[in-house]
Amino acid sequence: MSINATLIGQMITFALLVWFTMKYIWPPLFDSLEERKKKIAEGLAAAEKGHEEILLAEKKAKKVLKEAKEQSSEIVTLAQKRANEIVEESKDTAKKEGERLIVAAKAQIEQERQQAKEVLRHEVVSLALKAAEQILGAEIDQGKHQDIISKVSNQLG
Amino acid sequence: MASEAHAAEGATGYIIHHLTPLRVGEGFWSLHLDTLFFSAVLGGLFVWFFKTAAEKATSGVPGLAQNFAEMLIEFIDTQVKDSFHGNSKLIAPLALTIFCWVFLWNFMDMFPVDLLPLIGSLMGIDYLRVVPSTDLNATFAMSISVFFLIIFYSIKIKGPVGFAKELMFQPFGPWLLPFNLLLKLVEEIAKPISLALRLFGNLYAGELIFILIALLPWYIQPVLSFPWAIFHILIITLQAFIFMVLTVVYLSMAHEDH
Repeated sequence: MSINATLIGQMITFALLVWFTMKYIWPPLFDSLEERKKKIAEGLAAAEKGHEEILLAEKKAKKVLKEAKEQSSEIVTLAQKRANEIVEESKDTAKKEGERLIVAAKAQIEQERQQAKEVLRHEVVSLALKAAEQILGAEIDQGKHQDIISKVSNQLG
Repeated sequence: MASEAHAAEGATGYIIHHLTPLRVGEGFWSLHLDTLFFSAVLGGLFVWFFKTAAEKATSGVPGLAQNFAEMLIEFIDTQVKDSFHGNSKLIAPLALTIFCWVFLWNFMDMFPVDLLPLIGSLMGIDYLRVVPSTDLNATFAMSISVFFLIIFYSIKIKGPVGFAKELMFQPFGPWLLPFNLLLKLVEEIAKPISLALRLFGNLYAGELIFILIALLPWYIQPVLSFPWAIFHILIITLQAFIFMVLTVVYLSMAHEDH
């Protein structure tokens, strides 16, 4: 159990091993570990962010949906209102038109009555004249008695 | 020593034979070839495995080897960060090397005690001690290297003057300078010695118990060697871990400026 030159040999081997480990083994392995740590951290952060974004998007979608619903109900209300208005308007128009028609009809009736009256008056005048002629026997001169005739005819009108 | 072991017979001879290293040369300038060979092979194994993992290292989905390497690296990194608060490019790789290398040394203990020496003897190698951590040279080589690093960092961080001041004026102030110096020197020197002897003692004892179990009749051996092997799995990992953690702690102490 003696200490001898083996000690020196072992020390050299040890130094070489440590040097090699320090130079070629530790750095790449440690770096890859660190890099993986970073990657995982980044991945987790990205996942977190994605999750948040999803929540945000869901919120936004809900908001948009709500808005759309509100808008659509507004539109429906407006349309109903407008429809009511149109119905009212057309009722009005119809009423007016009806009245107008009635008025026109009445006017026409009146006109026709006047015409008929005129015609009847003429006929009555001529009949009366004829009857008078026949009664008086051609003594009534149309030219002479124009005043009387028109008076009578006016009275008849 | 080798010839004595060869001559001895019976149980003692068997034990001595197993604990005798394959040695060339005489005196200080002799080498334990088995220790050098196995520790180099195990070091190569460690480097090869981690280099393969490092080359394929990707920040994407890791392969099996990379996974294992990363597990160890994370483990070491946690340990280092727990006790070392400075910023050093050396400490963590050093800790990784120590942990893996010592563990692999110790793991040689899990091979049946006679297997590798038997293969060795078939190849004409008479003595083979396969566990490098049962060689004081191996454990001291590592702890002395760590000791040098402690001295180096102490001087580098605190400056030569600062380090000398710490040696002389702490912990009892300038009036007890010789006592301080003595205390500090003992403290510093105790670090590598305790590191090396702890690992050596544990593994030597463990190996010895395996050898003793191997001397028993074959029908008793499994009953004893199986639980001991399982217990030993804990010991070899623990010893590697202790060596690594203490190294980190010592080096962080060297980095602390008072």
